[in-house]
Order: sequence, then C-alpha cells, then structure tokens
Amino acid sequence: MKQVINFTLNNEKRSVEVETGDILLNVLRDKIGIKSPKCGCDRGDCGACTILINGKSVRSCLVLAVEADDQDIITLEGLKGKEIERLKKKFLKFNSFQCGFCSPGVIISAVELLKKNPRPDAEEVKEALAGNLCRCTGYTSIIRAITDPS
Amino acid sequence: MEKLKFVGKPETRIDELDKISGAATFIDDINFGPDLLFAAVVESPHAHALIKKIDVSRALKLPGVVKVVTGKDLPYKFGLYMKDRYILAQERVRFVGEQVAAVIARDPKTAMKAVKLVDVQYKPLKPIFSPVEALEKKAILIHPDLGGYPHVPWFFPKGDTNIAHWRKIRKGDTNKGFAEADLVFEDTYRVPRYSHCALEVHGAVGLYDLSGRITVWAASQSPYTQRNLFAEALAPLGITHKDVRVITPYVGGGFGGKAGVTMEILAPALATLVKGSPVKVLWSREQEFYNTYQRLGLHNRIKLGVKKDGTITALDNELIWDAGAYVEYGANVVNATGLSSTGPYRIHHVKIDSICMYTNLPPGGPYRGFGYSEMLFGLESHINRVAAKLGIDPVLFRKKNAIKAGDKLVYGAEMNPNGLIEAIDRVAKEIRWGKKERSKDPDKVIGKGMALCWKAPAMPPNASSCAYLKFNEDASINIMISAMEIGQGLLTVIAQIAGEILSVSPSKIRVETPDTDRNPYEWQTVASHITWGCGNAVKRAAEDARRQIFELIERTHHLKKEDLYLEEEQVKCRTKPDFKLPLKDFIISGIMAKDGTFKGGPVLGRGMFMPEFASTVSDPETSQGGHPHVHYTVGAAGVILEIDKESGKMRILKVAEALDAGKAINPDLVRAQISGGILQGAATALYEDMRFDNKGKLLNPNFTDYKIPTFMETPEEIVPIIIEVAQPDGPFGARGIGEHPMIPIAPMIANAIEDGLGIRIRSMPLTAEKVALAVAGNKEGCRMKQGSVSFILL
Repeated sequence: MKQVINFTLNNEKRSVEVETGDILLNVLRDKIGIKSPKCGCDRGDCGACTILINGKSVRSCLVLAVEADDQDIITLEGLKGKEIERLKKKFLKFNSFQCGFCSPGVIISAVELLKKNPRPDAEEVKEALAGNLCRCTGYTSIIRAITDPS
Repeated sequence: MEKLKFVGKPETRIDELDKISGAATFIDDINFGPDLLFAAVVESPHAHALIKKIDVSRALKLPGVVKVVTGKDLPYKFGLYMKDRYILAQERVRFVGEQVAAVIARDPKTAMKAVKLVDVQYKPLKPIFSPVEALEKKAILIHPDLGGYPHVPWFFPKGDTNIAHWRKIRKGDTNKGFAEADLVFEDTYRVPRYSHCALEVHGAVGLYDLSGRITVWAASQSPYTQRNLFAEALAPLGITHKDVRVITPYVGGGFGGKAGVTMEILAPALATLVKGSPVKVLWSREQEFYNTYQRLGLHNRIKLGVKKDGTITALDNELIWDAGAYVEYGANVVNATGLSSTGPYRIHHVKIDSICMYTNLPPGGPYRGFGYSEMLFGLESHINRVAAKLGIDPVLFRKKNAIKAGDKLVYGAEMNPNGLIEAIDRVAKEIRWGKKERSKDPDKVIGKGMALCWKAPAMPPNASSCAYLKFNEDASINIMISAMEIGQGLLTVIAQIAGEILSVSPSKIRVETPDTDRNPYEWQTVASHITWGCGNAVKRAAEDARRQIFELIERTHHLKKEDLYLEEEQVKCRTKPDFKLPLKDFIISGIMAKDGTFKGGPVLGRGMFMPEFASTVSDPETSQGGHPHVHYTVGAAGVILEIDKESGKMRILKVAEALDAGKAINPDLVRAQISGGILQGAATALYEDMRFDNKGKLLNPNFTDYKIPTFMETPEEIVPIIIEVAQPDGPFGARGIGEHPMIPIAPMIANAIEDGLGIRIRSMPLTAEKVALAVAGNKEGCRMKQGSVSFILL
C-alpha cells in the first residue's frame, strides 16, 4: 500500500510517497538521494546507516519509512555549525577514518554523545559507539578524536 | 640526500574531506537512472551435487522479470591464476551458496521473488570438508577435469586428485639436519577459515551499451585485473580489451576480499544479455560471507630440529590448505606462503610441502596476510615450545636464528636489508620482557608473549604499476594511477612522493581513483606492494616531469640542467642564486622567447615500474632457483595479556608492534595500519569463528553471530613502532606494511596464554572457552573436535 509521509530532513520539509513496508534507509538513499547513511548489514548490527531522528541516533535499516512521518531527521549531510566542524577537524588530526564507509554513522553517533556529554572519557566513548562497527581503524584513533580536549 | 619536505611527514590525508563530509562515493551510491536493472542469484543448497535440470518457466512469468539466465547462457570460464570457475555453475555445484542461475528484473524485490520460483533439481554427491580427507586416495573428485585447466606456470596441479597445487621445497638435507639436532620436536596446528568483513559489501554494475562496449563499475581492489578477466571470459562474444572499461569508486574496505574477481563477473556477463540497460548486482551481508573469498583453513604439521645452544638445524613443514571449491586465486596463497614457510629464520636443511586442496567449502582466497598469518600461527607457537624445552628464552632463541640481510632464502636468493633484530629488541623493551607481572585480581594472571612476522608481496614476476602526472595552470597536479584507495591512505602517500620530487605540497595534488579508460595500468592493489611498486612508478613520473622542466629551462635560459633544482614550486639554480622561476608561469603555457614564440607546453609525466629481477622459474621438485619474492617486510609483536583463570576471558593490557617500513612515507598512516591490523588479528585469535554445519552450510553469516571487534574490544594500550632500514629499490627506501600488522598477533597471544597459564592451544581461535576448559583440566579443551559440528575443520 502506498502512503505519503511528511517529515523534516536536514532542516527542510519533505514529503515522499512510500510503500508501507519500505525501509527508511532505502527511501533516504534511493528515493531522496541522501547517500551518507550506508547499508553494511541490513539488520542493525553495524551502525553504518545511523541517522538522528528527533536528536536520537537510530539504525535507519531497522526503521520503516512510515515511522518517519512527522519526525525530524538529520543525516551527516545536514550537520552544520561550529561543533561539527570542530569534530571533523579532530577526525582529520587523528586519522580517525580509513576507508570512510563507517564514518558517517560514527560521526552521527559521536555528535549524539557530545551533545549529552561534551567531555566524554574513553570508556564513555566506547560504550556510546559500541554499535558502530569499523573494520579498518581499530577504533583507538576515533576514541582519541572524540576525547581530545583541545 | 637533501632534506625531505613531504616524505616522512604526517601529512593530512588528501581524501579527508570526501570521507568526513559524506561526499565519498561508493559503488552503491552511484545513480544509474530509471533504466537500471537488478540481478539476484539462485544459490545451491548443496555443497556438492550434479545439476539435473533447471526449470525457469515460473520465474519468467513473474511481472517485472526481464530475463532468467542459467549456465547454458554463459558457459564461460574465468580465474586469475587458474581457470577453474564458471560465471554460473555448469553441470555441478561445489559449495553451498554457489550461483546456479540469475534473475534480471526491474527492481530488487522482484528479482529476489523470482529467484525462489526457479526450480533446480540436483543429484547430491558426497561432499568433502576436510583438506586431509580430500587428500586421501579414495576421495571423490571435486574437479574431475582438473588436469586440463589452464594455469600459470608456477602451479603444479595433479590431475585425477583434489590437489590443485603442490609447492615442494627441498633445501639441504633434512635427514642430516635432524641427525645433527639435539632435540627434534613435532606437532600439529590448525587454523580455521575467517571472513574479511569489510563494512561495504561487494557490488558491481555492468552496462553493455548499444554500441557493444562494456562498462563495469565495481567495488574492487583490482580494476585492471578485472578488465583483463572480463575481457578474457567474454572473448567468445567478440569483446576485446579496449571495449571493456572498469571504473572503481572509493572502496569501503578490502582486506584482500575485493581483489581479483568473484561475484563482479556477473555484472558484465549478465549485461551482455540485456544490451543497453545497466545491471546491478549487490551482495547481501550473508552472501558477502559465503560467496566471495574466505581466508583459507590450514592443517599444519611442523617438525623442528635444534641444537642445545638453540641453533635450528632442520625444518620439515607440511601445510595442507583447505582452499575451497575454486582456487583460481587461493592456490597462490598456498604457493607464496609455502615459499616463506621457514618463517624469518636462517635454516639450512628444509623440507616444505604446501599443498592446495579443493574442498566443498566456499572459495578460499586472498585475505590480509595472504597465508602468512595461518602459517606463522603454527611456526611461531612451535618456536616458543622448542625454546622452552631447551630452557632458552624464546626471545633470545628468535634473535639467535633470525634471518639477516644477505642470508640465503629457502629458494636460493638473498634476504634483503631489514631491521628484524631492532624490531625484536624494541618490542621486548615495550612489554618489559623478562619481568614477571602479577594481576591485582587473584583470579587473573598476566602472560606475556611475542611473535615475529615476515611477508613478501605475492605477485607475478611481471606485476607492474604505471602513473601519469599532469600539471595544471596553477602548478597543482592531478595524478592518474590505477592503484586503489581502500582505506590505507594510498592517495596521500602517492601525493607525498610526487610532491617531494616536484616541490609541490600534497594538498595541491589530486590523485584520482581508477577508470581504465584514462588511468594507466596497475596489476592490483594487493600484496602490500603498492607503496613500493606504484610509489616507484609515481616517483618516476614525477622525475620525468622534472626532467622536462629542467630541459626546457636549459633551452630557454641557457642554464645547465644539472644545476637546476625545484623548491617551493619554483625552478632555482645552484650557480645563480638570484634565479627563480615559478612553475605556474610556464608549466602549461610554456616560455615566451624574445621573438614572441613559445617553447615548452603542458608538462606530462609518465612512470612505470616492473621488478625486472623477479622470476618464478625454478625446479618444481625443490623450488631452487628463480627469485619469486621481491623482498620481505619483517617485524615483531609482543603483548601483556590478562587472563581470567575461571572464565578464560582475556584482555589485552598492552600490545607493541614494530614493523620495518624501510621508510615510512607517512608515519601516521603506518601507525594507523598497525593499530587497525592488531585489532583485526586479535579478533581472529580470540573470537572470530566461522561455523559450518555438517552439510557445509555456513551457520553464522552475519555480524550478530560472527563477531567482529567493536569499540569495546580495543586493547588498553597500543604501541606502534616504525623501524626504517631502507629497501634499496623502494621509493625513498619504502616497502609495504599494510598486511603485516595482523600476521604475528595470533601466535603472540597463544604464547602469552602459555606464559600465563602453562596451556598450549594449538587450534585457532584461542577462545575463552578453550582456555577455561583447559584450565579446568579438560585435556580435550584444546582439541574439541569430536561430536562438535562447529569444529568440522579442526
């Protein structure tokens, strides 16, 4: 069954027609063209599809598109401002990415953490980002970037 | 050498903005328009069976289905080193999950639905899951036509057996060597299969356009090798190399899994049947586990002879590899590792048999380490045990036998300059080797372990790299190569090498990902050879451009080209300190002469590198002669491991790893490889574990059941150490280090477990369960094979 959903995506009002069973990740990527959330496992294990819904990080591969109706969605494309620029600079400083496939999801999770806890320690970072898999970095460079006090 | 400006510096990655902003485009991010078709495959439920009949009629009737394709439509063979694979199964299937037919449809859901409507009838055959069983004389043949398969000249398949390749090495006289020994010790070690688990799955899109040319977009480490294999496989259709174009965007992790050709062959092959429309094939995470490459499994018997003083006198190393259903790439793992199965040691009397066995498990292929992790798990475990029996410190034992520059390798060539001893010493110091440490928790013990690694690039003797370098008006540079950025930071390293020669900051250099129509030849981004091979090609391209610049200035300004040099994007002259000519003033436009004519013009550099000294020609019975491996990168790793005696749970308190990079072009990127590789290695050592049922079906093809490390599993402290003993033929002395970080990790941990608890575990993974059972006195704890289908490979 087709249905039109209305939501805010990266601070812009959008509406899109979806099937009831459509997955939000696929709608974002294939119907709207937002490509930063990636599909790594399609079952909520890897975190590459992480986005913010109403400020909370979610695995968009586990969310039905119809559930996004009336919600506020932010992806990496929509993150703006000093805080995110500061975080990105630290990712560069510590080489906190390699292939870059998991980076959008990792950054989204980090943004959520830093909002709640601007000065997390390493253990807090590990716990908050435990749902974001990265096969390249070994994670330590990401932890250093997020905990860097400068 | 003049002082280096960019090489050896922690330059910021030039792919930073792409990857941090979300701009980086991966295969599944490319838009192909509304005409895009989707393919899904019908998979074999049997590990070994004959295909009796395929009925596609029901699938064809489903609206939205464009075509249903079977092996009859695409009867073409392919393979990198041995042509033993078909695009779709012909007559026989050889592993659970093998592609038997494909559906092309308007959308992915329809394709998946139609797959279920294809009716395939099979006649099951007896499957073989153990490489040792595959070796038995009465074993059923997995490839009855093996004797006729085309293969590279350095493979020795045995027709009418399951032996796809047998690398035999005979050096000195092992009977004599063992007779000279005061102690001869023999045991076996087992390593199961592992999965690469790059976060991005395999995917490819093929287009056979109306003019008859093929374009393939693929997530690949090997655009040119793919082009070659596609063109070869599809040659019966009249397709030639120039008509095949492979475009590779950013790759979301490779680790060897995206080298060569696996599922990507489907994209161009299926495209030929739907002329004019692009066809996309994207694997699911499950398929990523069971139908790409897996790391090979290994049964390893080692017999080592030593004198009382610790001198190794002889080695008999038998490696029986579970290489899976197709070994077109995996057989070279067996070959390359076989040639290095002495480990980084000087041994005069050696017998090595490295045997590649077909089994009815998924194809084994390249995985970061290319067999060396598997081989060194046994040998580096064995070394510790032999040293203990002699009462010699295992670190001293290793130093005593460590191979040195100029020592003869097992095939007769000489070992390259290396910093192995320095690596051992620095790691030993970091982990406070020799100092017993105690946990504050009485339920926990602390063990220390060390292991060495070495690895050579495994490549054909004529594997080449090329580079084009073009200047822009503002003296910025675009470099075209076909090496792949797969996370390692290659683009930045290439920019640093070219920037150093041309005095241009890496931030002003773009290095483009490959498109075989434009970027010149590269064999593959594998083998940790790219910094060395492609780096050499890029250095030569930059030198070529510099030569053109100097020749032009000599012609126009009457300065001797030998006196010219580049600094800060300007041509300067040693004999005329006032002379300064910015590159941007002439690098495209040329230089105007007094009469208004122009000399010079756009500067284009060209570079190529092939290791002309390499050769695989040797005696098949002894492997003596030739120069199959170009050089070795060596290193050492050590750990301080905390082990819970009750649960067997282990925590890495500190791990130090030293690798000899020759020259670290970008030390930050070397350290990044070490940190990532250590965790990947630790995961294979401690918990990653492929589980097959007794019919050969993979039981855990997802991240819920096949655990890869999360943030929670990071070691408490990682100390990456860079050693720099220059590689004489490397760019600025560099050699590769990409695969090496994970190679010594498993035996290092096994040795630490023994140090802490007195338990020797001889089969990977070294799970907490095995440790706990062993502590509890269950002697079978380290060999839980009976009655447990989960360890069918053990």
